[in-house]
Amino acid sequence: MSDVSLTVNGKRVSGSVEDRTLLVHFLREHLGLTGTHVGCDTSQCGACVVHVDGRAVKSCTMLAAQASGSTIVTIEGLANGAELHPVQAAFKEHHGLQCGFCTPGMIMAATDMIARHPQGLDEATVRAELDGNICRCTGYHNIVKAILAAAQTMSKGAKGKAKQAA
Amino acid sequence: MYSVNYHRAASVADAARLLKNGDAKLLSGGMTLIPAMKTRLAAPSDLVDVSRLKELQGVKVSGKTVTIGAATTHYDVSADANLKKACPALAEMASLIGDPAVRYKGTIGGSIANNDPAADYPAALLALGATIITNKREIAADKFFKGLFETALKEGEIITAVSFIAPAKAAYQKFRNPASRYAIVGVFVAKGKDGVRAAITGAGEDGVFRSKEIEAALAKSFDASALDGLKVPAKGLMSDIHASADYRANLIAVMAKRAVAAANA
Repeated sequence: MSDVSLTVNGKRVSGSVEDRTLLVHFLREHLGLTGTHVGCDTSQCGACVVHVDGRAVKSCTMLAAQASGSTIVTIEGLANGAELHPVQAAFKEHHGLQCGFCTPGMIMAATDMIARHPQGLDEATVRAELDGNICRCTGYHNIVKAILAAAQTMSKGAKGKAKQAA
Repeated sequence: MYSVNYHRAASVADAARLLKNGDAKLLSGGMTLIPAMKTRLAAPSDLVDVSRLKELQGVKVSGKTVTIGAATTHYDVSADANLKKACPALAEMASLIGDPAVRYKGTIGGSIANNDPAADYPAALLALGATIITNKREIAADKFFKGLFETALKEGEIITAVSFIAPAKAAYQKFRNPASRYAIVGVFVAKGKDGVRAAITGAGEDGVFRSKEIEAALAKSFDASALDGLKVPAKGLMSDIHASADYRANLIAVMAKRAVAAANA
């Protein structure tokens, strides 16, 4: 058994788990954070993507023990109270989901993708960067639209803030 | 996954000590080992996590010498500003491994220790004539990659870094399997002070190898046209559901041409 302690969505949490416990199972079964999904369970589909120390990783391919000491953000930690995160809002606005199963992973991958491309995103980059996230319903078209729209909104927001600061 | 004991090593020396536990395995990014454990293809008794060791992290460029810590992730290699100047081909190659989430976790040391016959790094390190540095010795890439999933590493030996002299020109071109995204054929060419080296991944029955035919042709002229009409022998190449040996042989010549063109661009 391993004693793990981490910060999840801003809260300190700890627990004692079998060493073989995957991070995704720790999140879902020990913490009840079922927004993070298990899709393929073979690191292909990306439904389980969460941020570990600011990087979007597949929580089905990481042990909870490996994550001990880290700061985790899951889909539940993205919104600011009742106000959706810009990426969540864009998925809603552009209908970037149908069944919704892949959506938490898509959104966590998208926020990371946007953060990694402060100069902006184009369609080809978004499609290439979605390599590790599989959607079986939408044909990706509206997902790509949503991510492009969110990137725009967020860069305007950042510029607005910079102006305010100046 | 079978039951396992997880240890987080405090240093390379500590990892070496912990590796003596039962049937222990090193854990770095875990992008191959954890899926293998989940499907019970691997069942180590103990895992020794070296991924957080500072001494194994980072890219150092000093003059023409590049040294990359074994636990440096593919993302950190792909994004390293100094490496992009010294050897852009390697940074570019790292940006083509797996997907973004995998690149945040997978490491160069883990990739070469595993020596998957379709992995990208073995081709790069073989073509760059790199040196693999372990906690015990230094091993030339030519002697390191032994066969399918087989390396020169001895029991308990830990890769700490890889090092190479930045080549004048280099590039990597990969033809991916459209489903798995692994290389059906990947060709890394490098023109350094000791001549031209071309290493092929994804195709060889014994894993990564250097192509004598391509190297000889490019030694005369490092130009894509030097490979016009080049026949790569199909002997020793894999035939599987993804591609026949003949198809792979042809692809090697095609990808080698593209790689040389990219290196000269």
